[in-house]
Amino acid sequence: MAEPVSVAADYLAGSRARAARTVLGQVVLPGEELLLPEQEDAEGPGGAGERPLSLNAGARSRVRVVCGPGLRRCGDRLLVTKCGRLRHKEPGSGSGGGVYWVDSQQKRYVPVKGDHVIGIVTAKSGDIFKVDVGGSEPASLSYLSFEGATKRNRPNVQVGDLIYGQFVVANKDMEPEMVCIDSCGRANGMGVIGQDGLLFKVTLGLIRKLLAPDCEIIQEVGKLYPLEIVFGMNGRIWVKAKTIQQTLILANILEACEHMTSDQRKQIFSRLAES
Amino acid sequence: MAAERKTKLFKNLLRMKFMQRELDSETKKQLEEEEKKIINEEHWYLDLPELKEKESFIIEEQSFLLCEDLLYGRMSFRGFNPEVEKLMLQMNAKHKAEEVEDGTVEFDVSDEEMARRYETLVGTIGKKFARKRDHANYEEDENGDVKPIKAKKMFLKPQD
Repeated sequence: MAEPVSVAADYLAGSRARAARTVLGQVVLPGEELLLPEQEDAEGPGGAGERPLSLNAGARSRVRVVCGPGLRRCGDRLLVTKCGRLRHKEPGSGSGGGVYWVDSQQKRYVPVKGDHVIGIVTAKSGDIFKVDVGGSEPASLSYLSFEGATKRNRPNVQVGDLIYGQFVVANKDMEPEMVCIDSCGRANGMGVIGQDGLLFKVTLGLIRKLLAPDCEIIQEVGKLYPLEIVFGMNGRIWVKAKTIQQTLILANILEACEHMTSDQRKQIFSRLAES
Repeated sequence: MAAERKTKLFKNLLRMKFMQRELDSETKKQLEEEEKKIINEEHWYLDLPELKEKESFIIEEQSFLLCEDLLYGRMSFRGFNPEVEKLMLQMNAKHKAEEVEDGTVEFDVSDEEMARRYETLVGTIGKKFARKRDHANYEEDENGDVKPIKAKKMFLKPQD
């Protein structure tokens, strides 16, 4: 782990802002300031100490840059607030200078608007359900936020049920609110998750890794036997297979695959496929 | 004095809702702006120079949805839950915004069938607008399809 140590020493010694482009994929620490491509020209030789990478140095038109999780805006620069690797995504089409974010790891979930999460109904008070999503407060879910629910036709939700829904309100000042329908009024798979199965908790980084489009783990798992998985962005996974033993095997695989190398994983899968 | 009082009343009347319905949006906006500019003594305000808001081009988002293309959270494999499998296809296709892999969209009705139907349709609609004498031109086929109207018999000049 010499890389982050040298990086940290370099930063403390120099104590100057670095260009975001040069740090992509490297570990960044909270408190670091990053320069966006437009400011590289302005800083000149005194800044990053490297030639600016942008080709059109003359046209300094401002493009909208999105700073994602782990970064905050600090004047014209980005301030790192979480430790992890800096990532960047080019804008697919249209305007925008892309998205920068820090790929960090944590177990504690903070509700974010638009996230799909698995919640456990803890209380039913009047017209709303209190759902525990793993955050600092339980989220509220109105009984009308289910597909086809009206005042007469109430959804069949009991205390202790698992709910797959998304947040519509989630900020540090208010209690989070979730719903089980989308903006068109369709459920799209949200709502009460069925009977049986097993709910367990993993780190948030693993969920994102498993939900990546090219995840090998999920492809291999899908070939084992018929099963159903629901991923919640709050670190909760619900699995169900035909027998209890298969469900438990699946849960163990998903929990352990975070710390396994791909070779170890392939070994385990081949052993399972044989048995 | 009397003139002042007169104009004050006039302005207040103008500001009332029923007087403003006839005005167009522009004059309404102007009136609104004027109202806002009048600093009433009762309203408190900060005695600071006007700060110019810096136009920031960095947007803060706390969601990972923008950053990484994540798949839909519900998955089912080998037919365990067919509804979820259907959903998976739907949501992931919508998310990737892919075109249908076939290349062409499958039509419900083929082109030939459409042409055939249209052929008979022309006769039916034409019959509706034809007068009684023209009904002779519309003959019904064996199948009951109406054939389109035949060429009208015009006067042929005899050739000497």
